[in-house]
Amino acid sequence: MYTFSSKLKTFSFALMIVGLLGVAYGFLSTPSSVEDVKIMLQESHDAHEDTGVATTHDSDNHAEAHSDDTHAEHAYHYLKNKPWSALYVALFFFFMISLATLAFYAIQHASQAGWPVVLFRVMEAITGYLPVGAVLLFVFFVLSSLHMNHLFIWMDADVVSNDELIQNKAGYLNVPFFLLRAVIYIAGWILYRQYSRKLTLAQDNASDNKNYIKLFKSSAAFLVFFLVSESMMSWDWIMSLDPHWFSTLFGWYVFASMIVSAITTIALVSIYLKGKGYLEFVNNSHLHDLAKFMFGFSIFWTYLWFSQFMLIWYADIPEEVTYFVSRFNEYKIPFLGMVVLNFVFPLLVLMNSDFKRVNWFIVCTGIIILIGHYIDIFVMVMPATVGDQWFIGISEISSVMLVLGLFIYVVFTTLTKAPLLAKGNPFIKESEQFHY
Amino acid sequence: MSSKVIQAMYNDDDVLMDAVKEVRAAKHHIEEIYTPFPVHGLDKAMGLKGTRIAITAFMYGCVGFSFAIWMMNYMMIEQWPQDIGGKPSFSFFLNMPSFVPIMFELTVFFAAHLMVITFYMRSRLWPFKKAENPDPRTTDDMFVMEVLVEGNVASLVSFLENTGTVEIKVTEK
Repeated sequence: MYTFSSKLKTFSFALMIVGLLGVAYGFLSTPSSVEDVKIMLQESHDAHEDTGVATTHDSDNHAEAHSDDTHAEHAYHYLKNKPWSALYVALFFFFMISLATLAFYAIQHASQAGWPVVLFRVMEAITGYLPVGAVLLFVFFVLSSLHMNHLFIWMDADVVSNDELIQNKAGYLNVPFFLLRAVIYIAGWILYRQYSRKLTLAQDNASDNKNYIKLFKSSAAFLVFFLVSESMMSWDWIMSLDPHWFSTLFGWYVFASMIVSAITTIALVSIYLKGKGYLEFVNNSHLHDLAKFMFGFSIFWTYLWFSQFMLIWYADIPEEVTYFVSRFNEYKIPFLGMVVLNFVFPLLVLMNSDFKRVNWFIVCTGIIILIGHYIDIFVMVMPATVGDQWFIGISEISSVMLVLGLFIYVVFTTLTKAPLLAKGNPFIKESEQFHY
Repeated sequence: MSSKVIQAMYNDDDVLMDAVKEVRAAKHHIEEIYTPFPVHGLDKAMGLKGTRIAITAFMYGCVGFSFAIWMMNYMMIEQWPQDIGGKPSFSFFLNMPSFVPIMFELTVFFAAHLMVITFYMRSRLWPFKKAENPDPRTTDDMFVMEVLVEGNVASLVSFLENTGTVEIKVTEK
């Protein structure tokens, strides 16, 4: 049995408290009116002029006065959205880790893989965050639909009444149906999570394989449900932030980001626990396999990232290409930087077979990959909600700290609830002796 | 220089593995082992060094990648930067996404083919090559270990007989 070290517990509480303070600061420091934003913009404008980059357009003054107003109005909405978006990215990021861990877990059961049996309890612990994260996200969606924020512009009746494109999508994009769909996805995922957990715990002390067979069947059924619900979830929760834009491989793209972060997290938690001496049955061949998955799915992510980008760039159809134009103009560093973090770095570091067995290599690459995929979600969400007002500052970092603290607390609390070896699994001997 | 080798035949890969370990422990030199299929762990038991063919493949991939970049840059940007369907051919990076499929395929092509050719050359395989197996049964169901005779033939034969061999031949090489 695992005992939650008091150090880690304190650390997770510290993260949550500091994060909460930062998030509160983020919400309090949003401008309270358009006038504030105008003053703010004027100040930054003046500051630019002081540096000597004088740009005076006397002839344009009249036209600019008008565009300044609309600009300030836009900036005001963006700045109002900023702490909400920061929180949303963090909530979604950690939620997607536990959701994809659940999918990975189901794949291992459905494919009757021998090697990962010793890691099942680690995966179950990471999916322990799923109910918590899902409920938090759902609360977030309810708050959004109550117009506490303007992340999903199709929820705003004024916007929809002036926008024929969104009106035509209102059959799908309307608040009651959106929340109902969210309930269905979340219920399905939590149901499988709790049921599979119950079955593996029952299998530990069972004399036959009945629970295992049930687990096999329910995992296969879950994967069918997951594939459909994950794709729709990505339309609802991410793509609908840009309701004028659509992409057919978006669900897969989000999935690729999810699964590589999930496998990385499994590897990081396993290495942490092994370092503390709790997983003596996990050898470096298990970690080698996880690292191979990290490597493979990093390339899979890049493949989808590039496919989505290149097809749209190549055809250059105006209604599709705006998505990448706004990302290229305002998010160049994160948009291109994440390709380096998520592709070039893992490609070069994890290609060597020997490196994949060295724990600190996996940890370093894993942290880079997680940062890269945080930025990936950031670049998916932020351009639609905060536009050019983005910044990775107090709101963003403290949101991550808040949710990370919660994630650590929930995951490691779940670890203490069950023995770390799923000993009833029929493949347990194979897994314990697994070597590559 | 002619030297004597003993060919010890085995009919099971587990017996062969144990025999290899015994022969190595007794410090006899194994010339070669012929098996009808890959025996997992045999290279480790024989103490063979790991292959470096993956490293060559990586380098060949780099060559292919560079070749693709050079070729596309030369043809599409430097030689005749024509406007084809509005694609920006002002610099390599502006038009890079459309070159990526070719860059990818050439990387794979070079890595795969040159690695295979390297493999053929290093393992001396080509059409019309004379087969080197000492006994036709080694391609079907027999495993043959060739041990170099350095001292007394009789003592080595009796040593090998105790390792589970089914047949022993002493031949000149």
